[in-house]
Amino acid sequence: MTKAAAIAFESVSKSYGDGSRRVLDDISLEVGDGEFRAVVGPSGSGKTTLLRLINRLIDPTEGTVRVGGEDVRSADPIGLRRRIGYVFQGVGLFPHMTVAENIGITPLLLGQEGGAVARRVDELIELVRLDRATHRQRFPHELSGGERQRVGVARALAARPRIVLMDEPFGALDPLTRDALSQDYRALHDSLGLTTVMITHDMLEALLLADRIAVLHEGRLIADGSPDALMADTGNAFVSELMQTPRRQAERLNALKPPR
Amino acid sequence: MIADPRVAEAFRLLPDYLGGHVLVSMTALALGLGVSFPLAILSMRRPVLRRVLLALASIAQTIPGLALLALFYPLLLALAAVSERVFGASVSALGFLPSVLALALYAMLPVLRNTITGLEGIDPAVAEAARGVGMTPRQSLTMVELPLALPVIMAGIRTAAVWVIGTATLATPIGQTSLGNYIFAGLQTQNWVFVLFGCVAAALLALAVDQLLALMQTGVDRRSQRRLAAGGAGLGLLLAAALMPALSRPGAAYVVGAKPFSEQYVLAALIQQRLADAGLSAGRRDGLGSSVIFEALKNGEIDVYVDYTGTIWANQMKRSDVRPRADVQREVAAWLRQQHGIAVAGEFGFENAYALALSKKRADRLGVRSIADLAHHAPTLTIAGDYEFFGRPEWAALRRAYGLTFRSERTMQAEFMYPAAAAGDVDVIAAYTSDGRVARHELLVLDDPKQAIPPYDAIVLVSPRRANDSALLGALRPLSGAIDVALMRAANLRATGAGASPGDVARWLRGEIARRAGNAK
Repeated sequence: MTKAAAIAFESVSKSYGDGSRRVLDDISLEVGDGEFRAVVGPSGSGKTTLLRLINRLIDPTEGTVRVGGEDVRSADPIGLRRRIGYVFQGVGLFPHMTVAENIGITPLLLGQEGGAVARRVDELIELVRLDRATHRQRFPHELSGGERQRVGVARALAARPRIVLMDEPFGALDPLTRDALSQDYRALHDSLGLTTVMITHDMLEALLLADRIAVLHEGRLIADGSPDALMADTGNAFVSELMQTPRRQAERLNALKPPR
Repeated sequence: MIADPRVAEAFRLLPDYLGGHVLVSMTALALGLGVSFPLAILSMRRPVLRRVLLALASIAQTIPGLALLALFYPLLLALAAVSERVFGASVSALGFLPSVLALALYAMLPVLRNTITGLEGIDPAVAEAARGVGMTPRQSLTMVELPLALPVIMAGIRTAAVWVIGTATLATPIGQTSLGNYIFAGLQTQNWVFVLFGCVAAALLALAVDQLLALMQTGVDRRSQRRLAAGGAGLGLLLAAALMPALSRPGAAYVVGAKPFSEQYVLAALIQQRLADAGLSAGRRDGLGSSVIFEALKNGEIDVYVDYTGTIWANQMKRSDVRPRADVQREVAAWLRQQHGIAVAGEFGFENAYALALSKKRADRLGVRSIADLAHHAPTLTIAGDYEFFGRPEWAALRRAYGLTFRSERTMQAEFMYPAAAAGDVDVIAAYTSDGRVARHELLVLDDPKQAIPPYDAIVLVSPRRANDSALLGALRPLSGAIDVALMRAANLRATGAGASPGDVARWLRGEIARRAGNAK
């Protein structure tokens, strides 16, 4: 067997109620070390459930989830979550804490002393390209949407995780901010050597950012491959349909180009 | 009105009453908070427990404050008996403890409801984020959920504070000194200055505490240490200022009790002044109910009070036979000594018996002179009595002896009973023979030819603990035989008139007693 994958799903299913509502159905998936993996699919396809299984916010009904080769069921969920960065859908910042307190929360929970936490917070504010002087003591409601999400990313990175999970992190932002932020994050991913799993419902974003893309539909994994492979025909009607949209957009854009 | 001597009197009593009020309401609030806050947190993920808790707290809330306070007295009495047997030490069933327990129960609902509502109102996404960054459930509660729910919780605490401070005025009848002492005494003696003073003082206290809590809340909201500290310091200062007089004053050696009517206030003040003359310091427990005050004496929670032979005869000895006045006096004294070790320090020399009375005009028209005459008119008439009368054995004895059946029975405050009879709102009232208002309202006291109502000599009772205290008994001796019914009526009339506090009337009474003693020599 080759080197263990950063994250692995082995025949994982998740049901709610008495098993009648099956949200994930027999998912097997590996995310390689250092990989940027996008998970796409329509609303209700099970994307967020998949993400929450990785840091044990929920446990699977069947199957095994491994992080760094270790079965997460044998790991302490609290420690696991502190080791894995998480950027929440919406924003998920604590409204009663300042930017600095939000960013420093996980180091604080890990018992790092105040001075070290403060230095780390300063580093991260720089890293996500916020301004230390203007933003450090602000409250979340005093920030713009883009600034808030930068704080969300900084908080996820604060405890130097190897793995970062992102749940539609840039969904609510205007296109300009969204593009800038996603480019910035991709650069951080590469420079810090992270393994990232990002949920998005925007196929174009997935194609432009990710190394590999997993497509979920009604709880099933219906495609998994590089952007190139997915752009080529997978033989799956739903995937082809998904690929149509960005392709059409690209064609229209090309058509708009002024003749030289 | 500021020049009114009653205002000066009210201010003189303020340190004592305010101190008692602050102490009992703050203790109750702290206890209510201490119990309901953890319960609310405990019930967060337990819907059944939450429903049960909220239902119980709501039920407690629907019980009228006075009744809730009254209920704790027998409860604690039973508890005291158990603890006496088990630990050999008794707890006080009177005053502070029952008041604190009942008021704490009152404080629970707003704190419970607001804590639960506040915690339930947290955005689930924020709670999820707390788990996601690796908080334990406890960390999530203390670092995220409670701080976010704090404004709602604080609002609950403020409501509780205002309720408790308001309701604490009702702690007076179970023996807890509070601002309610003004209200109860004022109502009994028609001293509306006192009633108003008590209401305003309680309202101002509630307002002050509410505003200080609000200041602390904005301090938390805006992270202003200054506001938080200012609010906390204000509360601390208020508490200290209220408690200072109570703590700095040496505890009174003796406690004089009084039932809730003006004659009792006057006589208690008289005894207190008499003890002061003899160099004995004495505190007061005013406004205690008839059976509460007897239990309090028995248990040594008060040392002295004035009761009436007929009350002991009927209520305590359960006697319904009618005996001559002197026999009753002798038998009551012997029974008290033998059964409870209570000493009778002397009798004042007047009776305050129940008597049926009606307006003179009405009596003439009906041709009624005695209760026997009244019997065949009774089915068309309405009778009014005080809170105790219709439950007392002599009422049963009266009805049996004369075959009385009235059209209706109404219970009212003694103060309103006399004018009601004079105005014809009620036909007959159960008046008091020593009450000056019988004459003032031109009422006729009906004869009791069958002597169904036992004699009611006013006697000074001394607790078993003090039964052999020669200093106390010696100080009380000059009061024996010192007041006849005419003098007491005159004193009572003064006490219910405008402008004189019970203390003033007691001073006047001492003057009269001294003058008469001088004349007699």
